[in-house]
Amino acid sequence: MVSPGYTIGSATTTSATPRHQVIAFIGMAVFFLVAPFFIYPVFLMKALCFALFACAFNLLIGYVGLLSFGHAMFLGSAGYISAHAAKVWGFPPELAILSGTATAAALGLISGALAIRRQGIYFAMITLALAQMIYFFCLQAKFTGGEDGIQQVPRGVLFGFIDLRNDLTMYFVVLAIFLAGFLLIFRIIHSPFGQILKAIRENEPRAISLGYKTDHYKLIAFVLSATLAGLAGSTKAIVFQLASLTDVNWPMSGEVVLITLLGGLGTIFGPVVGAFVLISLEHYLAQLGAWVTIVQGIIFVICVLTFRRGIVGEIARLIKRPL
Amino acid sequence: MKFTRTMTLAATVALAIGAGQAQAQYSDGTIKIGVLTDMSSLYTDLSGAGSLLAARLAAEDFGAAAKGMKVEFVNADHQNKADVGSAVARQWYDVDKVDVIVDTPNSGVALAVNQITREKNKVFLVSGAATSDLSGKACSPNTIHWTYDTWLLANGTGNAIVKTGGDSWYFLTADYAFGHALEGDTEAVVTKNGGKVLGKVRHPLNTADFSSFLLQAQASKAKIIGLANAGGDTTNSIKQAAEFGIVRGGQNLAGLLVFLTDVHALGLQTAQGLIFTETWYWDMNDNNRAFAKRMAAANKGIHPTMIHAGVYSAVTHYLKAVEALKSDADGGAVVKKMKDTPTNDPLFGQGSIRQDGRKIHPAYLFEVKKPAESKAPWDYYKLRATIPAEQAFRPVNEGNCPLVRG
Amino acid sequence: MFDFLGIPPQALFGQLLLGLINGSFYAMLSLGLAVIFGLLNIINFTHGAQYMMGAFGAYFLLQYLGLSYWWALVISPLVVGLTGVIVERLMLKHLYKLDHLYGLLLTFGLALITEGLFRNEFGSSGQPYRIPEQLLGGNNLGFMFLPNYRAWVVVASLTVCLATWYVIERTKLGSYLRAATENPTLVQAFGINVPRMITLTYGFGVALAGFAGVLAAPIYQVAPQMGSNLIIVVFAVVVIGGMGSIMGSILTGFGLGVIEGLTKVFYPEASNTVIFVIMALVLLVKPAGLFGRTT
Repeated sequence: MVSPGYTIGSATTTSATPRHQVIAFIGMAVFFLVAPFFIYPVFLMKALCFALFACAFNLLIGYVGLLSFGHAMFLGSAGYISAHAAKVWGFPPELAILSGTATAAALGLISGALAIRRQGIYFAMITLALAQMIYFFCLQAKFTGGEDGIQQVPRGVLFGFIDLRNDLTMYFVVLAIFLAGFLLIFRIIHSPFGQILKAIRENEPRAISLGYKTDHYKLIAFVLSATLAGLAGSTKAIVFQLASLTDVNWPMSGEVVLITLLGGLGTIFGPVVGAFVLISLEHYLAQLGAWVTIVQGIIFVICVLTFRRGIVGEIARLIKRPL
Repeated sequence: MKFTRTMTLAATVALAIGAGQAQAQYSDGTIKIGVLTDMSSLYTDLSGAGSLLAARLAAEDFGAAAKGMKVEFVNADHQNKADVGSAVARQWYDVDKVDVIVDTPNSGVALAVNQITREKNKVFLVSGAATSDLSGKACSPNTIHWTYDTWLLANGTGNAIVKTGGDSWYFLTADYAFGHALEGDTEAVVTKNGGKVLGKVRHPLNTADFSSFLLQAQASKAKIIGLANAGGDTTNSIKQAAEFGIVRGGQNLAGLLVFLTDVHALGLQTAQGLIFTETWYWDMNDNNRAFAKRMAAANKGIHPTMIHAGVYSAVTHYLKAVEALKSDADGGAVVKKMKDTPTNDPLFGQGSIRQDGRKIHPAYLFEVKKPAESKAPWDYYKLRATIPAEQAFRPVNEGNCPLVRG
Repeated sequence: MFDFLGIPPQALFGQLLLGLINGSFYAMLSLGLAVIFGLLNIINFTHGAQYMMGAFGAYFLLQYLGLSYWWALVISPLVVGLTGVIVERLMLKHLYKLDHLYGLLLTFGLALITEGLFRNEFGSSGQPYRIPEQLLGGNNLGFMFLPNYRAWVVVASLTVCLATWYVIERTKLGSYLRAATENPTLVQAFGINVPRMITLTYGFGVALAGFAGVLAAPIYQVAPQMGSNLIIVVFAVVVIGGMGSIMGSILTGFGLGVIEGLTKVFYPEASNTVIFVIMALVLLVKPAGLFGRTT
């Protein structure tokens, strides 16, 4: 199926956590702790949600070699459930986020079981079509509010004593969620389980011949990725007090591909960098109308033609260490 | 030479001082108007860049500069996404010191901005969005809904058509909240006036092919086919209705949400005979025509829609209120002042604003001309009826607006 | 009187015929995708944008050169095909040695650029395009009114699809093409210029999309976003049919059009999703698609 040479998202990592990655992680964490005092926190929260979403997506493409073109369905449906739970059922934020995330996990299990029957391009198209189905469901279902979405979602009080109405407080909660998700992915990649995923990516028939039930592993990775995407979506809904069709529609699936591609497929920090670069870019281009789409397209083309390692991938190459 | 230069210098200094004194009363020295609209997608032509232009013209005509009021504009594309729109609104209020947001087509985005504006006690002047909730259950002391709403569309069109003999209806409805609301409102009007609804079919959003739905409508033998949809769905269904000979077969189409730019995109050949309600048309009087001429010249020849006119009118009234208060700091106070003052501007004439934030003015039932009747480009409508201001909008006590119940 | 589940036979026949008309578009577009995929192994995400360009081409030719629909039917696909050739020469060419997914990503990016540029230039309300005079009017078939133009769409699409099938499956040129799909190195060794064949194949597949666009122009509003929603449905059609099979993509295209038409009668709310549901079912039973070979 896959031609020899460059496999998509070929990352090299070892099972031990290299020191420079720990240093990079600490650097990132410190940056995020200080950032809200200089940068508009709402913007930072948006970027963090997208970063987590992209990290989840990257787990699949970068470490299993499966390109999903339908990840918006997990982000979006989790957002709807989380918003609905917080607004209509009156759940506290932690439970709302949890129920959204659980929904994404369940959805990931069903769609994953279908999608992993094929690889490569077929996998991409199947996920895209499944996501489109979810989109139409959300468009027509009563509880999603159609085009208006679910609005005025209360941020609520976390664990009964942390009032999230303050942007700065909310920011640190989002940061905690992001770091937890990031560390989980970090852990997965460096675990024996992560090693098997990489073996499947490099040569699936060989992994099968070694006795691994590769479908099993692929499905687990798919569900994990869906769950974390759902976590990002649920959090986003609480932060912006809103769940809308944007998050389930296919341009969103394209956007997460772009973020990851720009940051560096199969790099640990790539999706985070990609998210910040792209979200800032969109922020400044927002006044220019259709130019947002055009610029996104141009970045896609440039990345594919000449910049396939992405920002972090190029840095990693320069310092000759995986990031 | 030297003399003139000194004079100019002195004048500039005097102006600067004068301006400085006047500005001191406005928050951070300027009145900052944010035009939040769709700059890239389906509402671009009927709102978009034209709305920013209309807002600028309003400030220019008001003579803000001469009165020592420094008015600045920012604009952004909400891409029809409520999350993008609300993020922009938050940022504008929190960081960029925007005092008022205007226009905002797309009801979903408008409802989100409505909420944020209230939280931050700023001002929101809606021209582009349709949902009557903005002066109903979502009404706010910081929002004025200016140009039109879904209740007006349903009632204006529904009433007039039933009264002129269109008493049996079949609905083609976009299958989501907006379509359902429009269908529901219109159905209520039709049945109240003694008409009946023979059937309805719900089509998914962004349907390219309406032929099978149109065939069902044709088979129902209803006199009127009501299009409870918007944008591309409306234009495509009108275009294909012409193809299947529906109008020639004796059935009429009622567009519930149609704008001048839609008619332009369809062409008169296809759109002729279509009946719908609007609150403003460029070719009704000299003031309107003059405005249209200025707008078209600066906006790729696109003639202004009622939404553009609404933006102009709303910004004019806002500036008047701010001038009277000598302050723009308290959004709630500005809106209160706007409600207390009767409106009067070249485009909408005299009018008023109700306690629920509903701007009141007459509405008009238009029919699209036949190609032979059109004498110039953009000469598209003929007036069929005028709905007086007091009947055009939903009665104040029927909207469930918390501001007026108590 | 015989009624089928409460639907009068007239309505049923009408809807079946309409389904066939819609199927024409699915068939032409999925055929183009299948031809491209067969040789290049690339899923052409730009296909929807190229379909849109075909429709805009017809509009430009009429608006600026005064050329009629019939000229557009020839010129517009050629021009769109030519843009395809340029894209292949400048960009796609460099990707053949990489994972095929890069082709998908590149064409996705190109689709965004094309759509954005058109939207910037022409807004999104769309442009009107009239049905050619020779095809105005229609016939009353007893069970429905069939506009002449729609009948023409079915005829044109069937002709083009079958001609393509014939060329690929039954002629010498087609046999080169099929051979090159199987083993490009060997075919190259026989002295056939495979890279040029690839370029022309991409150009041809794209031209098919352009042709479908011209056919669509008088029915749908000529608008920048007209292709983007359609293309995802066509992807599902291709997955159901099995990629790379010429006849498979034609049959599935028409077949799914008909099924969608029936859904519009019995349960219109699901007419957007039915194709995706079928896709899921097919994947469960035959992962390679109805006509696909298992690889």
